[in-house]
Amino acid sequence: MEKIPSHTKKRHFGMVIDLDKCTGCASCMVACYSENNISFRDEESVKMLSTNWIQVFKLTNGKPFPDTEVCYLPKPCMQCDGKHFGHSPCVSVCPAVATDFDYPTGIVSQIYTRCFGCRYCMAACPYHARKFNWWDPVWPADMEKYLSPDVSPRMRGVVEKCTFCYHRFQRARQQAYNEGRPEDIREDEYQTACTQACPSNAITFGDLDNPDHAVYKLKNSRYAFRLLERLNTNPSVYYLSTREWVHRAADNYLEHEQPAFSEEQQA
Amino acid sequence: MTTPAIPEGVKRCGSRQFLLWLGVAALVVLWGVYAMYRIWFYGLNQTNMNNAYGFALWIWADLAVIALGGGAFFSGFLAYIIGLKNVKNIINFAVILGVVCYTSALLILGLDVGQPLRGWFIFWHANVHSMLTEVAFCLSVYLGVLIIEFIPVLLENPKIQKVRFFHHLSHNMHEIMAVFAATGVFLSFFHQGSLGGVPGVLYGRPFAFREGLFVWPWTFFLFTWSAAAVGPLFTASMCRLTEAITRKKLVKDDVYHLLAKISGWMLLTYIIAKSIDTIYWATVTAPSMGFALMDFYSNNPLYNIWILVAEIAVCGFLPALILITRKGRENKKLLFGAAILAIIGLLINRWVMVLQVMAAPLMPFQEEWFMYSPAWTEVATSILPIAYGIILISLAYRYLPLFPQEKELNPGN
Repeated sequence: MEKIPSHTKKRHFGMVIDLDKCTGCASCMVACYSENNISFRDEESVKMLSTNWIQVFKLTNGKPFPDTEVCYLPKPCMQCDGKHFGHSPCVSVCPAVATDFDYPTGIVSQIYTRCFGCRYCMAACPYHARKFNWWDPVWPADMEKYLSPDVSPRMRGVVEKCTFCYHRFQRARQQAYNEGRPEDIREDEYQTACTQACPSNAITFGDLDNPDHAVYKLKNSRYAFRLLERLNTNPSVYYLSTREWVHRAADNYLEHEQPAFSEEQQA
Repeated sequence: MTTPAIPEGVKRCGSRQFLLWLGVAALVVLWGVYAMYRIWFYGLNQTNMNNAYGFALWIWADLAVIALGGGAFFSGFLAYIIGLKNVKNIINFAVILGVVCYTSALLILGLDVGQPLRGWFIFWHANVHSMLTEVAFCLSVYLGVLIIEFIPVLLENPKIQKVRFFHHLSHNMHEIMAVFAATGVFLSFFHQGSLGGVPGVLYGRPFAFREGLFVWPWTFFLFTWSAAAVGPLFTASMCRLTEAITRKKLVKDDVYHLLAKISGWMLLTYIIAKSIDTIYWATVTAPSMGFALMDFYSNNPLYNIWILVAEIAVCGFLPALILITRKGRENKKLLFGAAILAIIGLLINRWVMVLQVMAAPLMPFQEEWFMYSPAWTEVATSILPIAYGIILISLAYRYLPLFPQEKELNPGN
């Protein structure tokens, strides 16, 4: 079966996050919660029970003062292409096809009404990008009026995750269609909520395969790397950093191994 | 005291004593049922699972009971396919144990999923690439086969036998049981393997991931092999426990010796294969992803290197070497000591392939291991199958002629 209809333009959406720019303000997290109707509880101190779709981690180089360096790393779903294109770690294991790899966009979807909550996808994801709804979503009084009508809230007992604000892609595609340019979605027409909310412009979003998009150039930067790249998950989220210890913190290396990027070489 | 419902020529305890025995087990079942109510009514927030532990105690319990229930399929294989007549003296018991294990597994799965009413999606929207789909299909169909194998045993009850139709039905079902046994063996090979495939295909989890043959990771074969090796030992051990509780000899020693000999060799070959698999994984697979062996065994209180030593040496090679020697098999303490060690080894294997996979941190900036202890609801529902098993086996022992050699071994009754 043809994976992409012949009339559909193939895109490969991805993200490049410049860690040297990220201040750890967590605006991306707040924007994501708001945009995607992510539920929360009064008690959110146990992070492994939260349903955040993007989470900001604090990394340090482990050195004592005055050599201490800090880096903040926002971690959304990596939208992995997988070992073979489309064979994402989570997609291949879901027994009910409740999560799928969208070949025309490269985005890993989650069908909440199909998911029956076995959590095999969570076990398969090395990034802990998938979150389970341990509770029914309850919002404070009147806050339901502020929920986005474009994103369905999720019920208790299903898995959810970052979708690269896929509803925004749908909206942009609809607009392009209405304006008589069905396959021509401009870079600025489809941007994720976290990208737009980032005050330091650390997040760039676009089509990784389109030379006209900023992410195309950024992902080919010598400072670019991906999280846990050695697992062959082939993520669509890239990071940038000029610091070697950050590159090293993003993957696992044996004692005698070095990351491909080194400050010495760059010097 | 005998009642007409009790098989002829065997002696059973009085009704009051029996009811008291069942009552104790029923209390434990009630505790589990209350936990089930909490989970189904309030959701999985009643457990201690979290986003790091999507798989936890229940999945381990599932893998464990299915592996231990493997005694049913492998004993069936030995009795009906290989034609070892001696094994038929324990096959009824193995089938009932299998029914207990597999119904428990399905019950636990029903609890473990977040939306139990959507459980049928796994069949309706099946993803043929998922190991869990294969597990669901084979497990359900095999439970059907087990129930078919159980029906003729059930029909052997003296009161039921009086009904002419049931008498002929049980006779005819016995005649064609080899067909179902063969079907059960075929299905079991697949779902035991698929359960091994569940962690083995997780290429994002270096602790679990294994290369393999075509679409099947090596864990696929190792899980089948270990279930076939240890399942009959579990059957034999539970049979021995039944003997101890009832204070009666129910099965001749040569049946135990035969099962122990077969299981001993199976266990030895399994543990050699498992060792080769571990060495290859530790020296080739894991390092290719940037991990050294000790990255998975250090810096935490539970999963240190001794868990690997316990699984392979103490609960693998040691019982295997005891069981393959005649002296070891003929010494009851050694035989059942080795069987218990082998069972513990199997439980450790399933434990690490579920829990340690979740516990090991993957991102270097997350140095802390994810630790987990089950909530009382998880414990109660995991103990429930044991109490339910005690009740079912007690009823079966009391009212069905489970052990063909019982009359001969207890002539005084």
